Amino acid sequence: MSEHSVPPAPGSDVLVRVEHLKKYFPIRKGAVISRLVGNVKAVDDVSFEIRRGETLGVVGESGCGKSTTGRAVLQLHKPTAGRVFLEDTELTALSPPEIRRLRPRMQMIFQDSYDSLNPRHSVRKIIAEPLVVQGVMPADKIRDRVVELLELVGLQASHMVRFPHEFSGGQRQRINIARALALNPDFVVCDEPISALDVSIQAQVVNLFEDLQKQLGLTYMFIAHDLSMVQHISHRVAVMYLGNLVELTRRDKLFHDPLHPYTQSLMSAVPIPEPRLERKRKRIPLQGEVPSPANPPSGCVFHTRCPLAQDICEEEPPPYREVLPDHWVACHLADGRGGSKIAVEEIR
Amino acid sequence: MAPILEVSDLVTRFYTFDGVVHALNGVSFDLQAGETLAIVGESGSGKSVTMMSLLHLLPMPPARIEGGSALFHDDSGTIDLLKLNRAEISRVRGGRIGFIFQDALSALNPVMTVGRQIAESLERHLGLGHEQCRRRVVELLEKVGIPGAKQRYRNYPHQFSGGMRQRVMIAVAMACNPKIVIADEPTTALDVTVQAQIVELTQQLQRELGIAVIWITHDLGVVAGIADRVLVMYAGRPVEIAPVDDLYDHPGHPYTIGLLEALPRMDAAGSKRLISIEGSPPDLMAPPAHCQFAWRCRYAFERCWNEVPPQVSVGPQHHITCFYDVNRERPRDNV
Ligand SMILES: Nc1ncnc2c1ncn2[C@@H]1O[C@H](COP(=O)(O)OP(=O)(O)OP(=O)(O)O)[C@@H](O)[C@H]1O
Ligand SMILES: Nc1ncnc2c1ncn2[C@@H]1O[C@H](COP(=O)(O)OP(=O)(O)OP(=O)(O)O)[C@@H](O)[C@H]1O
Ligand code: SF4
Ligand code: SF4
Ligand SMILES: [Mg+2]
Ligand SMILES: [Mg+2]
Repeated sequence: MSEHSVPPAPGSDVLVRVEHLKKYFPIRKGAVISRLVGNVKAVDDVSFEIRRGETLGVVGESGCGKSTTGRAVLQLHKPTAGRVFLEDTELTALSPPEIRRLRPRMQMIFQDSYDSLNPRHSVRKIIAEPLVVQGVMPADKIRDRVVELLELVGLQASHMVRFPHEFSGGQRQRINIARALALNPDFVVCDEPISALDVSIQAQVVNLFEDLQKQLGLTYMFIAHDLSMVQHISHRVAVMYLGNLVELTRRDKLFHDPLHPYTQSLMSAVPIPEPRLERKRKRIPLQGEVPSPANPPSGCVFHTRCPLAQDICEEEPPPYREVLPDHWVACHLADGRGGSKIAVEEIR
Repeated sequence: MAPILEVSDLVTRFYTFDGVVHALNGVSFDLQAGETLAIVGESGSGKSVTMMSLLHLLPMPPARIEGGSALFHDDSGTIDLLKLNRAEISRVRGGRIGFIFQDALSALNPVMTVGRQIAESLERHLGLGHEQCRRRVVELLEKVGIPGAKQRYRNYPHQFSGGMRQRVMIAVAMACNPKIVIADEPTTALDVTVQAQIVELTQQLQRELGIAVIWITHDLGVVAGIADRVLVMYAGRPVEIAPVDDLYDHPGHPYTIGLLEALPRMDAAGSKRLISIEGSPPDLMAPPAHCQFAWRCRYAFERCWNEVPPQVSVGPQHHITCFYDVNRERPRDNV
């Protein structure tokens, strides 16, 4: 058996499949003659699949490789190694023009709705841009499509003539979403799409994402650090740590019965807006800090902080395997019978 | 319990080229000795401006504090923070009132060692000697959980991680035995696991030292864990002030109700559709002529569009700025 097993081959319901994906960023020294002194292992061998019509949430601490994974899946970063499929098409084997032809099917929405909108362009021009660039629509049809998209995201046709600074943060994010949907994508990577928004506005945008998914059958990869929002919107959730995928399963299983020690700690740290419960919460604290991705620990990348670490954890990377049906975990102790569970009382 | 801080009718405006920003339109609240008061509210609602007004940290111009008082009571008597001159406030700031900001990196001096920065504040406020200071700083760094404090004394801020820098900020804030610590979104930039550590550390020090804490955040989960009382701000005014259990059990202001409904809940089974508050916060360029929440309020009625609602008491320590009684589903008759 290979070191890492790969999720089952795509059935008819798998839209995106990722196999042993790696993305390293070279670290160079020297201004004139630069030489390679190492690599930031931003994404280090992750495998997963995204099913048609589902939302796969991706969580993990800052710098763990969430955005890099999203970009590498969409071929916005060229992967260092590994393969990515959209249905049966291997994206990693395509030439740039071939990727460009597939681009309409895969879109990305970013956190900062202000930076990603050109301030000098009207909303009409911003939303029409992908239609014009791809040349998929006669010019006289474009205006109607822009109106349709604005209405789809809860804005009005009259907003077409306005400019980004005339909108609130939540409205700007709607414009971003309208633009991303212009070409009828199947798959949208949403990278922290609501992080910059206020609580009351976040709910509006999350509802919009859910409505659009139902109406258009969209598939999302939803990256966020707000775990309660991820739980709300996702069908399944992937947890990353230091460039590795450590756990992936259905959202209710992940939140109520996490198997990986890191996930258990992460979940215990998420505050619950319920004073009586929250005051009694027991946390699973972690020792030390996240190591550098330029020099990740040997064996299990989590072993330097794991309360359950054994000798083997320092030497051998744990295989990423399906411990229980549809529940993938990378931990030597995970056995689906509580072997990797941290006893909260023991910790204190 | 006696109030240690009483803020009344604070009005702060910004005179900009584009017009006057009515940032604070009458902010009143008090802080009891040793308690944690959480301040929540949307971006731009005036949380930071409130605290910066008290500490004289606003750029003037464009800012002007145009009304109100902020009485600070401690052993040496009562002073109005707003009336202090520059020398007087700088003795209070970082001394009897400590503060922690969201962005520790910009609050710390990048070219001075971390140890030196804390020591300097000790020298200024407590008049301790050099060696005494050093020892106290190492003690403080140990207390906020910085491993190898003796060696770390000589490090510069960029050599610390985000969580470590925030620990240093806490050490600075706590250095001079303050009565009050004001923390403006101290964990917003941090990961949840680090946030949990910082929250725990602050609470432990607060209990140990008997400090009152004003904790500004937009995270209602964090509030649930730390607060004794909560102040909800909207468009430059407190719209609700209540003990934490009361606020979550019986929110009385339509905005608070909306905020709590809009939250996804990790502990809840399944996922119901979120209930959102439609619309967005008002533009603060016009002086308030009516309830600033009226545009978004599902209970708004005629009076809300004609008058600015006053703050009314609806229970012990529970104040609401609203004309409507959501429990009895009719306008309040006592306002
Ligand atoms: N273009 C780049 N060049 C070099 N290093 C990079 C580049 N982009 C990302 N990295 C590094 O790769 C690692 C993963 O970064 P990534 O942005 O994917 O993390 P993330 O999980 O999205 O974090 P965040 O929650 O902060 O957005 C980090 O150590 C980061 O510094
Ligand atoms: N220097 C300034 N000049 C003009 N207006 C300002 C200035 N500083 C703050 N304001 C305005 O004052 C209002 C209150 O701002 P404040 O920073 O207190 O908001 P906040 O509640 O702390 O928001 P956030 O959650 O984003 O930190 C805002 O409308 C803001 O635009
Ligand atoms: S493999 Fe070992 S170190 Fe890694 S998470 Fe499991 S128990 Fe902890
Ligand atoms: S005063 Fe009127 S508009 Fe304002 S919150 Fe109360 S009911 Fe709503
Ligand atoms: Mg990212
Ligand atoms: Mg602020």
